[in-house]
Amino acid sequence: MNLALSTNPIRGAARRTWGRARVINRTLTTLRPAGDPLVAAKRANAPFRLAIIGAGPSGFYAAYRVQSKLPTAKIDMYEALPVPFGLVRFGVAPDHPEVKFCINKFDEVARHPNFTFIGNTPIGSDAGRLPFPALLPHYDAILLSYGASEDKKLGIEGEDKLSGIHSARAFVGWYNGLPEHRDLNPDLASGDGKAVIIGQGNVALDVARILLTDVDELRKTDITEYALEALSRSKIKEVEVVGRRGPLQVAFTIKEVRELMRLAAVGFKPIDPTLISRPLEDLPRPQKRLLETVITGSKQYPDLKNWGLSFFSSPRKFLSSSAAPSKLSHIRFENTEPDPDSINERVRGTGVTKDVYASLAFRSIGYRSQPLQGMVEAGVPFDRRRGIISNSLGRVVKPAPGGGEMQVPGLYTTGWVRRGPTGVIASTMIDAFDAGDNIVNDWRTGVEFLGKNRKNKAGWDAVKVQHQKRGIKAVHWNDWDKIDEAEKQRGQKVGKEREKFGTVDEMLAVLP
Amino acid sequence: MPIRPPSILRGRPLCDILRSRARPIRIPTPSRSITTATTFTNKNTHRHRPRISITPSIPTSQFRNHSELTPPKPGEELHVTFTTKDGHTFTFEVAEGDNLLDIGQAHDLEMEGACGGSCACSTCHVIVEDQEMYDKLEEPDDDENDMLDLAFGLTETSRLGCQVKMRKEIDGLRVRLPSMTRNMQLSDFK
Repeated sequence: MNLALSTNPIRGAARRTWGRARVINRTLTTLRPAGDPLVAAKRANAPFRLAIIGAGPSGFYAAYRVQSKLPTAKIDMYEALPVPFGLVRFGVAPDHPEVKFCINKFDEVARHPNFTFIGNTPIGSDAGRLPFPALLPHYDAILLSYGASEDKKLGIEGEDKLSGIHSARAFVGWYNGLPEHRDLNPDLASGDGKAVIIGQGNVALDVARILLTDVDELRKTDITEYALEALSRSKIKEVEVVGRRGPLQVAFTIKEVRELMRLAAVGFKPIDPTLISRPLEDLPRPQKRLLETVITGSKQYPDLKNWGLSFFSSPRKFLSSSAAPSKLSHIRFENTEPDPDSINERVRGTGVTKDVYASLAFRSIGYRSQPLQGMVEAGVPFDRRRGIISNSLGRVVKPAPGGGEMQVPGLYTTGWVRRGPTGVIASTMIDAFDAGDNIVNDWRTGVEFLGKNRKNKAGWDAVKVQHQKRGIKAVHWNDWDKIDEAEKQRGQKVGKEREKFGTVDEMLAVLP
Repeated sequence: MPIRPPSILRGRPLCDILRSRARPIRIPTPSRSITTATTFTNKNTHRHRPRISITPSIPTSQFRNHSELTPPKPGEELHVTFTTKDGHTFTFEVAEGDNLLDIGQAHDLEMEGACGGSCACSTCHVIVEDQEMYDKLEEPDDDENDMLDLAFGLTETSRLGCQVKMRKEIDGLRVRLPSMTRNMQLSDFK
């Protein structure tokens, strides 16, 4: 929940930092802050200083938008890792190189003379991090676009105890070279050859596709060598993708399901069409086409490897066998049925359980954003229930004393930390564009920004001092060029576009 | 020669440039024609007029440069009209085989191609203005329809710009660029 102003002990400090917040009328979902023409006039010749936290697609697209509307804006982008592009590098599947094309645009943005990339700089209060409050005095605005760093857990028995249970997010990070998950080492080679994925979104299907694709196809991609090595020894022959709800509620999109249907030597177990409770003709076009693709299925079933979708099953317990008490052997699911009282297409348990035997399980029920260390204390309201920064169309808001909401001056958000972890690049781009538009529009119309409109913010030039004091080594865009080049050279040796460095130390070792 | 706005205006969305001018402007027509069919008013003038952007020079060897289109041979020009999201229309003379994304980007229209025109995103979504012309286009394939399903504001005559190539049969094609942002209106810039 939002930290209400009256209960926030840091309130005084936060208000001093950001000046007096104004109450803004909220109409429907749009908050339209009123600007001050005098302030706007003064700003006409002052450079606008924007810090962006997080170098993923949302941050870059927002930077692109601000650059194109206000080319004099000085933008500093902070990134925790030495390498940019966030989920485009660490989330997009390696066999989707076309989706990564957008990094060409991001590269263009980063080379703008008024843009500074500051990588290897996690924000926080721990040693080796840059404290969030250290940024505030040196910028007019801060755009929080640091994404969703954690995955949701099921919270059921055995989840943390048994080996063979992974988060899909960690698995994706592992095969994509995310340093955090370099040492995941999932055991794909022993066990019964079956994997269960809990959750029915695109991440679940990405995991299924990587597990089922012929490893020689993956060799052409930028998937990490250690993942290739593990996948080449994989004995997984069957993947079951399980959802709590029915076919009408799946979250994956048609492209991902079609790709699975087209995989060579992979069969799809036909679904029971009676589970689709409404006539297809009544559905909106995207859903109708998606379900048609699912019903049509694969050319052949069974095939060498197979996958299937199971519905109306809620996981209750991960279990082991007495022969190997520390390893996953089966998962107990409770059957569910549509809850007639629910308006949100929820389901309820029927009390009937079934056991699904699988030595490998992935939970893929969504990601969660967390507040940055020191961010809430500095007055940025974080909605813990929804796992997002409280905002109105990307403008950070907090509850106003008299009810309604008020803008937190100078603070903006976009991407998954703004709207929750859903959507493809196109939706991220659209949101980032309107965050960028809002920032520029607020600047031009004289809306209050950080530090009560004080002029002459120094941006990175001033923050740099703090940085050095803490012994953080900043990685700039020309440094990334070197890492990029080194990764490409490593890739050349093994016949692929790039071989990513799996650890931060390896990345930094390239730099002088 | 490809028809481009004068260099001073490059690197920024055209409608933004137009909006930022105090007076209505007509784009100089170096050869043949770019027609601006709507009249621009000056009510959206910014107090703070942004400077013209500096287009960074970048090594672009590994990807296509959208600003290079093959000019049409004399006598073989095809015409395509874009209506931008703020209602301005532009007609371009183009060569057979050019796709709408390349054309839009070559003329600095606000049109994104996040996947580089490989039919892997829906950022170059366009709406064909009339059904008759839509029917003359080659049918979208499954992959294009899959991406259109994710497009914001999908219509009956939606297409991906990167998949629509100009042909003689569709000379005079008129398309609209859908509003890409959720909340911005021209009135926000008053």
